[in-house]
Amino acid sequence: MLVGEVKSIKELYGLDLIAPGHRACAGCGALVAVRQILMASKKPLIVVNATSCLEVTSTPYPQTMWKVPWVHLLFENAATAASGIEAALKALSRKYGRQEHYIIAFGGDGGTFDIGIQALSGALERGHRFLYVCYDNEAYMNTGIQRSGATPLGAATTTSPVGSKIVGKVQNKKDLLEIVAAHRIPYAATASPSHWKDLTNKVRKAQSYDGPSFIHVIAPCNRGWYFDPSYTIKVARLAVETRYWPLYEVENGRYRITHSVPSPKPLEEFLKVQRRLSHMLLPENAEVLERLKAYVDERWERLQKLSACFT
Amino acid sequence: MVKVETAILPGGVVSRPGSTTDYKTGTWRVKKPTVDLNKCTGCLICWIYCPEPAILKRHDGKIEFNYDYCKGCGICAEECPPKAISMVEE
Repeated sequence: MLVGEVKSIKELYGLDLIAPGHRACAGCGALVAVRQILMASKKPLIVVNATSCLEVTSTPYPQTMWKVPWVHLLFENAATAASGIEAALKALSRKYGRQEHYIIAFGGDGGTFDIGIQALSGALERGHRFLYVCYDNEAYMNTGIQRSGATPLGAATTTSPVGSKIVGKVQNKKDLLEIVAAHRIPYAATASPSHWKDLTNKVRKAQSYDGPSFIHVIAPCNRGWYFDPSYTIKVARLAVETRYWPLYEVENGRYRITHSVPSPKPLEEFLKVQRRLSHMLLPENAEVLERLKAYVDERWERLQKLSACFT
Repeated sequence: MVKVETAILPGGVVSRPGSTTDYKTGTWRVKKPTVDLNKCTGCLICWIYCPEPAILKRHDGKIEFNYDYCKGCGICAEECPPKAISMVEE
């Protein structure tokens, strides 16, 4: 059993590190995830935030929702700044005695998959002790729903609209966790705010390592995915239950599926609640749907084989 | 009209942690959540899924809403296991 494992909601109550009054849309999935991550995190904590929805909505200058030291940076260098803070604290420790701090860097999918990936790769390679959280809403929501490397196949965005030439995005989603795991870092995992116990325990596990760790969390966006704001958690749960978003971790190179889905719901259930993807259920788009299903199945099968190798 | 702090510090420093509480986002709301306390079991599932947070625990362990900040997204009503929360028109 893990030291300091979260067992019930009651022990998290009162640990909120964000204040209400922030300007995120009603029903924002990213804020649910960030709240849960901060509640679970070890303290004292320093938060580094790349430009993203989270940064824009959390700090309408001169106000801030954060109750922890927080620094905002450019789109591409959250990981770089986190490295710098960690190195500075190390230098201060040498001079003035141990400075025990935990650092979390938040980036959106644009700031992680596309713009910030080289900074992230560098920080992981140098082995700084910090946790990088990518909250993935699968497009550039902050600037008006443009496609990103995280957008799934067939999703309609403002730069990949559904029309006579293309049916949403033409390419598959980039498998970022595999790229991160290839750095052979101590801990990397996917998570979902709908499975809060899984998410909070992954945060604690990640912070128990003396090295870089990474959590990739799904953050349903009702504005960009086009669903009712009240469905945020339902959509996140459907993503897990249809195997679209497998919950797994890579701990020192060992794969483990943390939430097994023995009898998955059909992928159509996840697609039909979101207008960005529901067009894939039309008979003329059956080919794209098959491709997406093949991608999801292939990924799950691969994960199952990998996790079987290590048990 | 909401009064917003205007002191600007050099270097873009924000001096007061959690100062977004100055701004009442409750005015964004179209429908408001109400809880049936007879059905509420105090499981706090609504609280863990609230993006604000605008849900508070009362002394008896049941929940109440902070209508100053609740944006009325309805996640709590959707996720409540005993279906104790319902959304009503303002």
